[in-house]
This record gives sequence, structure tokens and C-alpha cells, in this order.
Amino acid sequence: MGYSPNTPEEIREMLAAIGAGSVEELFSSIPRELRAKSFDLPPGLSEFELMGIMREKASTGGCGITPFIGGGLYDHFIPAAVDHLSSRAEFYTAYTPYQPECSQGTLQALFEYQTAICRLTGMEASNASLYDGGTAVAEAALMAFRITGRHQVVLDESVNPFYREVVRGYLASVAEQVVEVAPLGYGSDFDMLSGTVTGETAAIIVQNPNFFGTVEDFAALAEKAHQHGALLIVCSYPVALGLVKSPGEMGADIAAGEGQSLGNHLSFGGPYFGFITTLKKYIRNLPGRIVGETIDKDGQRGYVLTLQAREQHIKRQKATSNICSNQSLCALRGMIFTAALGRKGFEELAALNYDKAEYARGVLSAIDGVSVINAGTTFNEFVLSLPKPAAPVVERLLPFGVAAGLPLGSYYPEMENTLVVTVTEKRTKTEIDRLASLLQEALWS
Amino acid sequence: MELIYEKSVPGRTGVRIPVADIPRTTGGFPAGLRRFEPAAFPEVSELDLVRHYTNLSRRNFSVDTNFYPLGSCTMKYNAKVMENAAALFAGCHPVVALLPGGEKLVQGPLSLVWELERQLAEITGMDEVTTQPLAGAHGEMTGIMLIAAYHKARGQKRKYVIVPDSSHGTNPASAAMAGYEIVTIPTAPYGDMDLDAYRAAMNDQVAAVMMTCPNTLGLFNPYIAEICRIAHEAGALTYYDGANLNAILGKVRPGDVGFDVIHVNLHKTFGTPHGGGGPGSGPVGVRAGLIPYLPTPRVVKKDDGSFAVEAHPEGIGRVSDFFGNFGIMVRAFGYITLLGREGLIEVSEQAVLNANYLMARLKEEYDLPFDQTCMHECVFSAARQAKEGIHAIDIAKYLIDRGFHPPTVYFPLNVKEAIMIEPTETESKQTLDSFIAVMIEAARCAKESPQELKDAPITTPVGRLDETRAARALQVCCE
Repeated sequence: MGYSPNTPEEIREMLAAIGAGSVEELFSSIPRELRAKSFDLPPGLSEFELMGIMREKASTGGCGITPFIGGGLYDHFIPAAVDHLSSRAEFYTAYTPYQPECSQGTLQALFEYQTAICRLTGMEASNASLYDGGTAVAEAALMAFRITGRHQVVLDESVNPFYREVVRGYLASVAEQVVEVAPLGYGSDFDMLSGTVTGETAAIIVQNPNFFGTVEDFAALAEKAHQHGALLIVCSYPVALGLVKSPGEMGADIAAGEGQSLGNHLSFGGPYFGFITTLKKYIRNLPGRIVGETIDKDGQRGYVLTLQAREQHIKRQKATSNICSNQSLCALRGMIFTAALGRKGFEELAALNYDKAEYARGVLSAIDGVSVINAGTTFNEFVLSLPKPAAPVVERLLPFGVAAGLPLGSYYPEMENTLVVTVTEKRTKTEIDRLASLLQEALWS
Repeated sequence: MELIYEKSVPGRTGVRIPVADIPRTTGGFPAGLRRFEPAAFPEVSELDLVRHYTNLSRRNFSVDTNFYPLGSCTMKYNAKVMENAAALFAGCHPVVALLPGGEKLVQGPLSLVWELERQLAEITGMDEVTTQPLAGAHGEMTGIMLIAAYHKARGQKRKYVIVPDSSHGTNPASAAMAGYEIVTIPTAPYGDMDLDAYRAAMNDQVAAVMMTCPNTLGLFNPYIAEICRIAHEAGALTYYDGANLNAILGKVRPGDVGFDVIHVNLHKTFGTPHGGGGPGSGPVGVRAGLIPYLPTPRVVKKDDGSFAVEAHPEGIGRVSDFFGNFGIMVRAFGYITLLGREGLIEVSEQAVLNANYLMARLKEEYDLPFDQTCMHECVFSAARQAKEGIHAIDIAKYLIDRGFHPPTVYFPLNVKEAIMIEPTETESKQTLDSFIAVMIEAARCAKESPQELKDAPITTPVGRLDETRAARALQVCCE
């Protein structure tokens, strides 16, 4: 039935050692009236039938569709080594490395991850992962509250709307105010953002590239924030950082975001990982697990969970965060991904994303009445303006096996005729050309 | 072992990226937006990479390699078939479900979310479940946010959340994140929350009481229904921390007992792997009165039998970006489906049997602060050994040398020198007997050759590590 190995004979021996007459007797401390009123589940199955059910569910899993969609999650190539190495049971069937001597594998890998994510974001300190992009940005805001002692944030509306929703939920009971600033030309409204920062502001939260794919430089905004004693939080897309200026290079105080693009499968929404990095001076304000280097009694190098006095199992309600389980295995995948591609391969990957998207911008905006309307540079996604509402067009192309883009109307009501088109390195020229001809047909025939 | 960065050789390349089939235009990317320096990722060959992480993995204890009786963590066997099942969904983009007409294309995954929610509702006796929370503590925070929304809708702004001193640290931390002040109630001599102190603390300013049942001592609280009744009389709600649900599957349902909000840990009770610290998954169940506040979006089953994603505008918003840790949910759905009704009941029975067997066999050698039938775990104290200068941590390190992952030590905080052992139902009597033999040896060593315990571990790649130095030097990445 399940995975309990003891035979009836062994169970009898064990009960004898306990001095109990039956297994049921062990539950006698539970009052009768508290017993389950129902437990209505079907009988069990074997692996064989289970996989039949699973295959059927996966067959209507949208896997056959060619995605020109992102929304913060990207269909990137994942080297086979990432799957194989992260499937080592010594990694995936271990738990939080509370006992460092028999957990050096996980600990060293997480230390390497912390290094990779610091180098990528241009920052100095990282934790060992958070849950996802939205919760990472929310934790970054809470961290800014702790650092500044202020409880107001300015949130750029060109930050992913899913993340903004999570941020609002996380901050609802602790923030005095979340001021949202509308975008301008599918980019940040720098004048408005600068004008909204005051001596009460804990942080400005921006995203780069933003939800519309626009790439910007926030260095001046960082200065502006710092003049008011506020922090700059930059939400980043890791693959873009192979080409785009890093948060650290812009003077950000905290970088946070979704790590999925680093070697994690789309998997219908998770598991992925959130990342958060900061400057050394703020390290004690980081939420979650942090791995640190040390030595053993013979002077050998080793790794341990450090600064645990910030954490819930010690500090309880005074902890920097409630986080206990994180997304360690997904962060490990991220580490292996960056090492598999390496310094040069990662840079090439980002360049290829940019080039594919530039090619797609060209062929799509050649369609009558269609144009790319981001004011500035984009990375691997861009906003396409159509001569009519975008949602029905996207719907019409789905039966052709193409998800043409994410219509913006549901998230920004005034943008009904627009959609964000995402083009990763996996989209071939043939697929892009086909999208163009399908779109042409949907609009004009 | 060297870090992967120390194995890096400038110019060495690893995995090749997809070939460019379009004109190259990167040169046109504006200089002012470009990063100055490429990220210094390791430059290694694929074989270097594979060897490095394979060898690193060998420096871990894990369920697949060692008995791992880490109390409160339910380190049971993670069935391999679930890995195969989860892999089937690897390529599904969740945004497809949000496209106009997209739901039709993802009926399979949506049905899985809906069915898992139904399974968990039946198992826990709750009316509705959300799978959005990504871990146990995330579920706790979500649950407390739901409770806050419930009170707010009734025009009440209550200030306090009550927790017992034996609770997981995440309970008070989660309630604090949701804006509450914490009232901590001490443990009574019988091993659970002091009922009189609790009664005295309860008033119309209390939003909720958070209980773990069985508690972190592995004991079932016989007054649990009374605790719920007292809360409800004061207009407070009751929260069930499902960390220890493995003990009571099919025996007790928190909903039947009187709990209003619960979370379960799929990575504990429902057999999904712990991943070296995560990903987990912490679905939250509620009674009917709290359904309006559940996070958005909801997966619903329509009258025609199809599944849809619906906004839930009155709710607390979104607590994570999509539908939860879906890959983990696939494994848990598979686990529940594969075990079925009888299999799940057997889980609890065998988990409780294994824990009581360990407790019976070890109580001569170690102090047992609460000597009564336990549920899925038992908590010993090394107080007797501590008198000889040997502490719980020394026993833990000795176990490592003998091939066992140590139990949880120094938790719960209300037991001195705590050793918290949770064997789980997937371990055999043979494994338990070998562990018992080594624990007895450790107790003997404490008396006869304590230095052996103090020196442990000696078989691991590194000896005891200097944690104070780590916190002082604060080297958290490779320079």
C-alpha cells in the first residue's frame, strides 16, 4: 500500500516492547469525541495507474504551445546537467543544513549560489534564497523599513503587477503608505518618482527591465533616493543582467527578483526561487537563511548557517522574517546553470535574447497598423500596439499553438490594444516568422 | 573541497547555448545601459561541473542515504514515482492559464490544483483550501492575514495572537509579520499549554490562538477542543499549525475539533522532498466563514465540469505569484492518490508505532520529561548526560559518526537539552534497532569515555565548525 516496511510479526514485537496491546491503543490519549467524523478518500493505487492519471493531466498541460509570453517567467534553455545534478538524491532528500558537518554539500553549494547572485546583481551580500519574485520584493520592502525606521514605500507601477499585488498584501498591516506611481511611455516616470520621495520614504521600488520590457538606468534615481535617506530597491531579471547594467552598478541598496530564468522549469508556476542581495552594511537586516564561511578545529575551511540570531527559531516574533523553508534546491539549480554557461556563455545568452527580440520587433512592426511602442530600449520583450483590442487576437491564435503575448488590458485598463511579446533564445526564426504571419492574418483577413 | 570558482580557468567554456539563426544586433545595445563587466561566473568544462556537484552531493546526509530522524520535520521517504510525475509538467507556462481562452489548454494542471484542494479539505475537515502559500511559514502568515481580514470585516481591530511557549518559532514570527503582538503562554506540568494561563490571557482583543497538535513534545493535547471553545467564546479564531499532521491522518481532523484556519506542510506529511531546505508548500484550509478572504486567484470547477481561474476580489490579495509551488503539489497529489484512504491511515499508525517503540527502548538511558504515550515523535532530554559534561550536541555529533543524521536538538525550548526524535513511518524496525543501539552506546560513552563524544564527528569532511567565527567574519560569498 504505502511505504511502511514493518511486517505484522515486527509490529507485534514492537507493541510488546512498548507494552501496548494494539496500535489503536497508542491513540487512546485522543478523546473519542475528537475522532475524525469522515475520511472519505478512494482506495490507493499502484505507480502504474498513478502515472496513467498524471500523463492524462499533463496531456492538457499547455506544454505544446509556443510561448511568446513572460510575465516574469521565461522559457529558457536548461542544460541537461542542471536536471541531472539537482536530481542527486543527496541534495534533494536532505533538509535545511542544521548539522553542518553532514551537510557540507548543501552548504557549500549555497555559498557558491550566494556568490553567483552577488556577482550577477553587483551587490555584496545574499541570503540562501526566498520563495519567489513577488515575495522577494515584498521582503526587500520590509528590509528597507527595518533599515530606515520608516514605513512608506514608493512603488513604480511598471513593476510586475503580480509582484505589486504580493507587496501590497505583505505590507498591508505594517506600511503606513504604499504610493504607486504610474508609468510614462511604458517606462518609469522619473520626475514623478523623484517628486514623490520624501524624508518619510523608506524605499523606491523599480524594476529593470520593467514589466513592459523597457530597460532603463536608475543611477540618478538612486542618488535622489539617497538624498532623502531612502533606499533604492531594483527588481531584476537575472538573464537580462548578462547584458544590462546591474543594480549594484546603478547604486541600488537592495536587488531582488525571480530566479526562475536561471535553470528552473516553468512547471505551471513553481517551484522557483526568489533572490535578494544587498550591501555588506545591511547584511544583518536580510531575511532568511545565510551561509557563511568558517573553519573547523583543525583549521579546515567549512560552511555553516550564520547570523541565525536574526531568525524565527531563535528570535521568534522579533525575527527579521518568518521564513523557515526557502527554495534551496531551486537556488542550487540556479547555481549549476550559471556555472554550466560560465562567464562568457551567460553573456552570450543575454545577447542572443536581445538579438532575437530585436529581430521579432522588426518583423512584427512591419505588419500594417502594428508598432512597438516602448519609448526606449527593450531587452527580450516589448509592447506591441495593435489596431484593435489585443485579447481577442491572442485568443484567436491559441488554436494555432501560439501564445502570441500577454494582453495588457487586464492589468492596465487603458492599454487594451497592447500586448507584451516575449522572445527568448529558444524562439527560432521560423517560429517568429510564423507569429508574424499569423498576426498579419488575424488582423487583416 | 575547492569552490567551483577556484576551479575556474579563464577562457574555458562549458555548455553551448542555442545557435543564432537571426542577424546579430547586440552591438546596437546602448552603452549607457550596458553592464560594465560580465558577471564573474565560473569558467569550467561540463565534466568539471558534473564532478564538482556530484562530489559535493556526497558530502550530504539525506533520506536516501541515511536515517534522518529530525524531529518536527517528518523526513520520510520521498517516492521516486512522484519525481517522474512532476517532470511531466516541466514545460507548462502558468501564464497560459491567464490568457483569454487559455484555460482550455491547461485543464490538466488546473484540475490537479482543484483536486488536491478537495483532498486536503477532506483530510483536514476544512471547507476550502488554497494552495498558494509556498512553505509552512508562508501558510501561517497567509492564515493570520485571513484571520485579520475576518475581524476587519466585522469592524474589529484586535491586537493579539496567543501562542504556547512550545510553538514553532515561525508561529509568533508569522503573526508579527501580519501586524499582531504576541502573547506567549507557558507549558503546564502535563506537557501542554497551561489552560488557566490561557483562559486568563483570552479576551476580546485576541484575534487568534495558534496551536500545534500534537504539540512539539509529540503529545496530543486532550484539552484542544476546550481551547477552541474558549477562543470562540471571546470572538477569537483558532489556528492549527499542521507541522505534525503526520500523526493523526484519518484519526483526527482539525476542522472537526474546532479549528477555523490551518496550514499543512506538503513537504512533511505528504511525502514531498525537502530539497536541502526547500521548496516546500504550505496550503491553507479554512472554515466556510473565511472563504471570502482567500487569496486571489482561485481555481474553480464550473457546472460543465471544466476548470477555470477566477479572480477573488474580496480576498486578501495574492500571497505568491501564481498557483503555488505546483511541482510540489503534483507530488503531494500523487502521494495522496497512491496511498488512498487506508494507506494514509497506515501512515499515522506506523509513524506513531515507530516513535513509541523508540521511546520505550531509550527511556532507560535518557530522561523523558513527559513520560506518556507519544504520537509521531518523542522528546528526550540529555540532562542526565549533561551532569557528566556531555550535552545534546555531543550526542548529535556522535550519531553522525555512526551514520545517522541527528535528531533535532535544543528544540522545543521548554525542554532542557532536548533531543527530539521523529522516526516517521517509512523506517523499518531494523533501522530503528540500529539507531537505538547507537543511542545506548552514546549514553554509555557519556559515562565511560566522554572524550569520544566531545571529539565527534571524526568521519566527516570537516570537524565541528566554529560558528562564532562565521558570525564575526561574515564571509557570505567568495571574494
